[in-house]
Amino acid sequence: MIQLTVNGKTYEVDAPADMPILWVLRDKLGLTGTKFGCGAAQCGACTIHLDGEAIRSCVAPVSRAVGKKIVTIEGLDDSLAKPLQEAWTEVDVPQCGYCQSGQIMAAAILLRDNAHPTDRDIDNAMTGNICRCGTYQRIRSAIHMAVTLKTSAAAVQP
Amino acid sequence: MKHVNLRIRPRKWILAILFLAGTGLSILGIPGEPTAIRPGETREMALRREAESKAAFESAYHVFMSPRCMNCHPAGNVPLQGDDSHLHTQGVRRGPDGRGLYALKCKNCHQDANLPGEHMPPGLPTWRLPPEDRPMVFQGKSPRELAASFKNARFTGFASIHQIIEHVEKDPLVLHSFTYGTRPPLEHGEFAAKVREWVEKGAVLPDK
Repeated sequence: MIQLTVNGKTYEVDAPADMPILWVLRDKLGLTGTKFGCGAAQCGACTIHLDGEAIRSCVAPVSRAVGKKIVTIEGLDDSLAKPLQEAWTEVDVPQCGYCQSGQIMAAAILLRDNAHPTDRDIDNAMTGNICRCGTYQRIRSAIHMAVTLKTSAAAVQP
Repeated sequence: MKHVNLRIRPRKWILAILFLAGTGLSILGIPGEPTAIRPGETREMALRREAESKAAFESAYHVFMSPRCMNCHPAGNVPLQGDDSHLHTQGVRRGPDGRGLYALKCKNCHQDANLPGEHMPPGLPTWRLPPEDRPMVFQGKSPRELAASFKNARFTGFASIHQIIEHVEKDPLVLHSFTYGTRPPLEHGEFAAKVREWVEKGAVLPDK
């Protein structure tokens, strides 16, 4: 049995050490917000956070997560999730939506590390997440909007 | 036309004489002076040692410039990939510490070990590029330029040129380059021996 911490909860999972984290999340824990895209770390649909880094869960063995904290789209902290969710809705980013979980997990890392990203920063941060519907321009707009929302939310807090 | 020919011929003769003189001296085994003669060495011994040092570097150079080595020593801030050394897919970038940027850190895809299967990311715990303030560029350098770079402490970060021997013999990233994909043109042991020979015989710069 492997002990994992996912979105703040501890789980005991019966899985081989080399099983990709993605399949543990989806098939063992029922957390299906994280998507399977390519299975080779090429597309970014499976992006999750492992101790604060946006890893590709389709190639990362579950043994890598032992003793670390996994965060999936279902458990993303509100300080990042709320502005991103609101901006994504406002800009109407998704078309088919399949890649968007990974897109948002990647965008969250950008916003955490860079409070005021330029277009270039956004391109550098998001270029590894592929969208077959081509929503890139809307993703960029939504990230700018999320920055504004996040900044506004921070300003009104006591 | 006659007038033009008369002006060209003497130049051709001068070039021919210089060429023959150079060839003759080379055949007689009288090239230039050695850059340094070590205690106990004759001039001829020093010349031979330095020629061997250069030759060793030129052999090792083919490994340094093979995709398994050069791909992580690019001229720009994007690592290279594949045997054709194309820009790394996903548009990943070096980042200040050489470990990538934002959601595109090297270790986000590259695991602690190579993954089974075609076109899967190779892996190692220390997978990274050289850092931004010491990018250690190999790409585009001639043997002479690369050798000169290795002798520059600002390029390598090594206190002594001898540290390069330990680096190529033991660094996990160097060793790993010989474990996947199209292998470099020398076996690791042979490559490390060439680098050692280059350094121990004077770390002489190749001619070009």
